[in-house]
Amino acid sequence: MTDVDAPVRDRPAPPAGVVGESPARPDGSAKVQGRFAFASDLEAEGMLWGRTLRSPHPHARIRAVDVAPALALPGVACVVTADDVRGAATYGLISADQPVFARDVVRFEGEPVAAVAADHPDTAQRALEAIRVEYEPLPALVDPEAAAGAEPIHPDGNVIRHVRIRHGDEDATGDVVVEGTYEVGMQDQAFLGPEAGLAVPDGEGGVDLWVATQWLHHDRDQVAACLGLPPERVRLHLGGVGGAFGGREDVSMHVHACLLALRTDQPVKMSYQRDESFLGHVHRHPARLRYRHHATYDGRLVKVEADVLLDGGAYASSSAAVAANAARFACGPYRVPNAVIDAVAVRTNNPPCGAMRGFGAVQVCFGHESQMDKLAARLGIPPVELRLRNALRPGDVLPTGQRLTGAAPVAECIRAAVAHPLPPPAGDGLLERPGGAGRTAEPGRVQRGVGVAVGYKNLMFSEGFDDSSEARVRLAGGTAWVTCAVAEVGQGFVTLAQQIVRSALGCESVVLEPASTTAIGSAGSSSASRQTWMSGGAVLRACRLVADQVRSALARRLGVEATALRLGDGGRITAAPGAEVTVDTTVTEAAGDEAFEASAVHRHPVTQPLDERGQGDADVSFAFAAHRAVVDVDVDLGLVRVVQVSTGQDVGKVLHPVQVTGQIEGGIAQGVGLAVMEEIVVDQGLVRNPSFTDYLIPTAADAPEVLATCIEEPEPGAPFGAKGVGEPPTISSTAAVVAAIRNATGVDVTRVPVRPWDLV
Amino acid sequence: MSDTEHGTENGTGAANEVNGTESKGTGAGGTESYELVVNGVRRRVEGALPTESLLRVLRDRLGLPGAKNACEQGECGSCSVLVDGVLVCSCLELAAAAAGCEITTVEGLVGTGAEPTAAPLTDVQRAIVEAGGVQCGFCTPGFVVAIHDLLERVPDPSPLDVREALAGNLCRCTGYGRILAAVEQVITDRAAGGSPVAVRPAEGSR
Repeated sequence: MTDVDAPVRDRPAPPAGVVGESPARPDGSAKVQGRFAFASDLEAEGMLWGRTLRSPHPHARIRAVDVAPALALPGVACVVTADDVRGAATYGLISADQPVFARDVVRFEGEPVAAVAADHPDTAQRALEAIRVEYEPLPALVDPEAAAGAEPIHPDGNVIRHVRIRHGDEDATGDVVVEGTYEVGMQDQAFLGPEAGLAVPDGEGGVDLWVATQWLHHDRDQVAACLGLPPERVRLHLGGVGGAFGGREDVSMHVHACLLALRTDQPVKMSYQRDESFLGHVHRHPARLRYRHHATYDGRLVKVEADVLLDGGAYASSSAAVAANAARFACGPYRVPNAVIDAVAVRTNNPPCGAMRGFGAVQVCFGHESQMDKLAARLGIPPVELRLRNALRPGDVLPTGQRLTGAAPVAECIRAAVAHPLPPPAGDGLLERPGGAGRTAEPGRVQRGVGVAVGYKNLMFSEGFDDSSEARVRLAGGTAWVTCAVAEVGQGFVTLAQQIVRSALGCESVVLEPASTTAIGSAGSSSASRQTWMSGGAVLRACRLVADQVRSALARRLGVEATALRLGDGGRITAAPGAEVTVDTTVTEAAGDEAFEASAVHRHPVTQPLDERGQGDADVSFAFAAHRAVVDVDVDLGLVRVVQVSTGQDVGKVLHPVQVTGQIEGGIAQGVGLAVMEEIVVDQGLVRNPSFTDYLIPTAADAPEVLATCIEEPEPGAPFGAKGVGEPPTISSTAAVVAAIRNATGVDVTRVPVRPWDLV
Repeated sequence: MSDTEHGTENGTGAANEVNGTESKGTGAGGTESYELVVNGVRRRVEGALPTESLLRVLRDRLGLPGAKNACEQGECGSCSVLVDGVLVCSCLELAAAAAGCEITTVEGLVGTGAEPTAAPLTDVQRAIVEAGGVQCGFCTPGFVVAIHDLLERVPDPSPLDVREALAGNLCRCTGYGRILAAVEQVITDRAAGGSPVAVRPAEGSR
């Protein structure tokens, strides 16, 4: 007799904190109490302090390096240079073009030349000052426009990648044409936790490195290659990560610390100070964007021509992929039947640039959205209406020839962003005026403006990259242990993993094992908005395998076929329709004290490289967002206060409402920062503001009110239908703020960040 | 488990409770010895360089890593502590100059309650966790100290007062929204007489 709907006995309550709820982070208590161990908090018995000597020149020949004076200092244990690198001399995310230590030439200010280990951080600092390096300064190539035609500054040449997209009729013309040239300054990830790690030699020639990173396994491969060790003798473990935003995709202190630890046979800790952090990681590419938009009189886009120049700085990092993103998303989330797009990343003697939240899509969004406003003005069509007329819909074809098969609620995002109530006029509080604590603005000279922008980018890696994540789940005695090498950088994967297990196994107690290369295979990078899909998918698959095992075991106990039992939501096991058995339990309850374990690798569908015309199904999925910004501008002083940003964001499905809100608010703050304050000022290759005194990020007084609407349209193929949510908030918020500034001032702003002297 | 506890031992400095005989002395090699009162406990610092900041001594000599090292210029507030009840950036204070002062770090902010596994959270800490005000968490200890300080001085600040008061603490992850929501929650709860706060020294400062 079967009746799955009838309560047969004490029906187990679903565990708290499942997918869709907002349980607290498992590391939250430790973090608010200061007990959470960040990489810079680590220490070991007998530990030495490592520091890196960096080039003061953007381009110079190294004539001689004399480390003897440093070695002569009491307390100095070891100095290493390029001569001490036994393995590969260079490393890199995509191509290994960056030296561990410069040997003959330095190509940017801050390039490592040597590293020291000493008994005290101050001793290490004195040792750096004692090393004598004889430089012969060379002319610095600092103009990206000149890079392609200049003498190569690296054996790999000055053009890192040129991506061309030719789509439709290259000669198509519209009734109206608008042109513009736009510039994006160099933004920094400015994560709060400095680059840090602790390398501990194992006494047998191998090394363990606890480090703050975004991708343990890829780091491990690069570090092992440079150390000349097989990968299994280099073990990377995740040290607590104080934010990342792309800035920890590249190796930083990893190889230096390991070299010092292996040479001294002592643990070596390295922890950058802020000035070194600004020199020691890649930044968002500065960009020059030249656009020509063709449209019909009724506001249909006919063709987009875009020429994007990205300054990659001295080494390649992820420039090749950033250039491809800039090309693929250059037109924005609109139907563009004809496109001629060139995106070039070049090498210069400026600071190396690479990954930052939004990854190429941020720069071009400022360009295409500035153009859409210009076109709207030319046509006399309201900016929102022009965007709605051209908004991508499912089934549309992108400039790469790829057809949109997933959720693409672009119009819904736009409508949601502008449906939020506008803020009231600024009050009398001084903090409500532009200039804030500076208390300078005259209320009568403050003008309000409103602007809108829309953007999109890919989720997960693209262009044929074999992207995967592995997870293992062990269920025993009412607790599930999850092993996955995801780098938790603050995004909240630790919370999500617990939620997924609770939803899949009905198991309230979920323990996350430490992330390490020794524990399991790669989870891939915590970037490209990919971990919810990839590692969330891996955890879900592993749970399903465990659930299957438990179902089979229960079926054996009950003397029925496994197919007589049905696995349902919340890890519930009930009788299948028509089955001659009465059961209502959860996977966890059915497992009892018996242990079940399964591993799973999750892969997304295969993507294709772009061909020579930039055509190909290069992407797995896309996420869209629209932003409306409201600003107050002091028109005499050029000061801007961003009052409010409202958004509609395509999320697929909200898995954790509070964490999604946190990603949206945090991403918008970074977009606002790029719009009005954040820029690494580089003068003749030298960074002029490597500190939080001079590189400003938004404070609580600067951050706008944020009003968010999540558009839930489940994404086919995504675990739970959920899209990654980290990057879209950063993509079009910058452009929306600038549109609002133009609206307030009438000034044709073409550059971000917008500086006071751009407005007055 | 990412909820990593520090070991109670620390390798880099002798930090002992002492019967204060002298509060300050000069040792070999230009180093100094002095006493700091941290979270109500007298701690002896031996052999420190006179240039060492309070932040460095707390972190590297006294095994109190709750104050964080993010900018070393007094701009980010991650290293916020109270010195004789005044909110300061410990990166800008010379440790030797704080000898004899009462220093409160995040480790000394402990709530009331009976959680079996760890020191109970304060109302501010609990609200930050529940509201989602923690992401990477690097700025969080500084915010906890700064928010306690604010609400101690100004029990009912306006939202703009809160934003201004916390503008010395940088957060790169949250955009501040959930942190500000947590502060509003604490203000509301305290006004309603709920969750009484008793900030007391952590036992032996870890």
